[in-house]
Amino acid sequence: MQITQPHIGLFIPCYIDQFYPNVAIATLELLEKFGCKVSYPLQQTCCGQPMSNAGFENLSKGTTEKFIKDFASFDYIVAPSGSCVLHIKDHQPEIDNLEKNQKYVQSRIFELSEFLIDILKVESIQGDFPHRIGFHSSCHGLRGLRLASDTERNTPSFNKVHFLMKDLKGMEWVSLTRKDECCGFGGTFAVTEEAISVQMGKDRIADHLDKNIEIMVGGDVSCLMHMQGIATRDQNDIKFMHFAEVLNQALS
Amino acid sequence: MSHPKLAEEFLKDPERAKWHDETLWIVRKNRDATIQQIPEWEELRELGSQIKDHTLSKLDFYLEELERKATENGIIVHWAENAQEHNEIVGKILEEKHCNAIVKSKSILTEECHLNPYLEAKGIEVVDTDLGERIIQFLKQPPSHIVMPAIHLKKSDISEVFHRELNTEKGNIDPIYLTYAARLHLRDKFLNAKVAITGVNFAVAETGEFVVCTNEGNADMGVHLADTHIACMGIEKVIPKREHLGVFLRLLARSATGQSITNYNSHFRSPAPGKELHLILVDNGRTKQLGREKFRNSLKCIRCGACMNTCPIYRRSGGFSYESTVPGPIGSILSPGIDIKKYSSLPFASTLCGSCTDVCPVKINIHEQLYEWRQEITKAQGASLKGASMKIADTIFKNPLVYKLSGKVMRASLKNLPDKLIYNPLNTWGTQRNLPELPKETFQSWYKKNRG
Repeated sequence: MQITQPHIGLFIPCYIDQFYPNVAIATLELLEKFGCKVSYPLQQTCCGQPMSNAGFENLSKGTTEKFIKDFASFDYIVAPSGSCVLHIKDHQPEIDNLEKNQKYVQSRIFELSEFLIDILKVESIQGDFPHRIGFHSSCHGLRGLRLASDTERNTPSFNKVHFLMKDLKGMEWVSLTRKDECCGFGGTFAVTEEAISVQMGKDRIADHLDKNIEIMVGGDVSCLMHMQGIATRDQNDIKFMHFAEVLNQALS
Repeated sequence: MSHPKLAEEFLKDPERAKWHDETLWIVRKNRDATIQQIPEWEELRELGSQIKDHTLSKLDFYLEELERKATENGIIVHWAENAQEHNEIVGKILEEKHCNAIVKSKSILTEECHLNPYLEAKGIEVVDTDLGERIIQFLKQPPSHIVMPAIHLKKSDISEVFHRELNTEKGNIDPIYLTYAARLHLRDKFLNAKVAITGVNFAVAETGEFVVCTNEGNADMGVHLADTHIACMGIEKVIPKREHLGVFLRLLARSATGQSITNYNSHFRSPAPGKELHLILVDNGRTKQLGREKFRNSLKCIRCGACMNTCPIYRRSGGFSYESTVPGPIGSILSPGIDIKKYSSLPFASTLCGSCTDVCPVKINIHEQLYEWRQEITKAQGASLKGASMKIADTIFKNPLVYKLSGKVMRASLKNLPDKLIYNPLNTWGTQRNLPELPKETFQSWYKKNRG
């Protein structure tokens, strides 16, 4: 039997497309370095999460329908965002007449770290990354997709991004005081509950600064964007990177 | 006021807000340390969850069994459809006993029914005997937490109240000294109360008994000194068998405070000779909640408060910011069922981080229900301003050309507008946060150039 190389549809969340193209480029290049055939459907827009989390799931049907049509023809869909992937899997409104395609898309979409580990079976990534980093476990990836064990449950300890980064030379993975506290982004929460949102972000950054962390690494740029916004306003000297950028840089 | 406003107020005292956050975080950490010592913790949660699911699916059956068995044991069982009926039943018993002073141990249900003001209006002195509850009773405040009702107060606050109410030394904040003063004060109240009221943590259908869990032994002290014991319970507190207590008692204290078990787990099955034991079964909206498929399992709650201790929003806004009897994540999925309009901001007081769901000892999917309540609330509110903007968003995202154009317009305006306009008061994002620096091109245009 001839094994054909699977065709991957790259889903780039709207805010990454607009504000953080380097994260998208790193994701694409990283997948290519692992020998994947990757295409980015140019017509794509958004997963619909902003509407749904604000309580308007029923108003996101148009966006959802579009998403299904854009991605139903791929073997896998990969995105550098746990939050968007979780939304597509769990909270898309059901689209009439597209049930089969919708189920297919929902079962074939993966967050980048889980795709690398669970589908591509990556065991080790070799490279250099001589930096002191803290990892911000974004909640939707952490507790929704179970990309790592959380501190609430009594389960074996694991972290998919740590698994991918464990062999990078010179990298120091620093443990945080509050390992998986939310950063306070939360989509529209960031503006509707601005006071708490900002306080949570400040507290999260302080946990990193207390430990002299150079770079806060994460898997969801939305959380990082929120904290970067606070850190730059407060003139804190801490960098923010998506783990795709770290891995892609280490592999180059 | 809405939750965001009250949260903002709370955060205006940053030192106190930080103290509140850290105090509750310690409780959460203590809880973590205890559950890590139980290798079968997740199995235990699953068991607790399944027993509760099963009970709720046959609630009528188990309630009738409880009534039958309890009656056989000599307990006088009452049914109350709502808070008013509950209060009237209590009031009537007190009238019959010519009782004008009662002691009461902690009961969130009686808070929910506003029993204290009802009885006080009848000239009855109500003394809450839980230390935390007594403190807030002096201050005429509701509890800010269901397990630690005075958690919002510092030792110095309590010292002041006790100085005023119990004539303790001014400025003495020694917890042992203050507790001793409360003990002397309460002893007198215990000795003079003919009727004692308690809540119920678990009622066992199989045996017709009920269990009250306290750390201070105040429920027992009140009940054993009084001639009449009135126990008030929400109908969801029934469990089928006594052996199930082995699951729930292990889950409850560990989740609540990190203790392996509450200090006093007192079983009440029948009245002592010459005494009376009443059990009031209260619905007050629970049957309605049971009828809401998506929200039914919120009734599994055993009131441990773990979701409050873990919630990053609760810790930074305090219990009063929720303005409901049960605050925090569990309150935010229970309260909209009582009054969807009044509590409409609560399901939005969450980042949907899911910590509440994972900490819950009976596996209530709290954050998913918060999401579902959001959908219900926007439907109930009809077309609002936010609804309109979300419709615009959907139009943008379903139409790639509009998306590109609006992205371009946004990007162009961000590049060219002065900071003053970008960070105007209407742009809440920018009040305390910068916007990301604009890259020279979008990924899409990079892709077209490099892979197209």
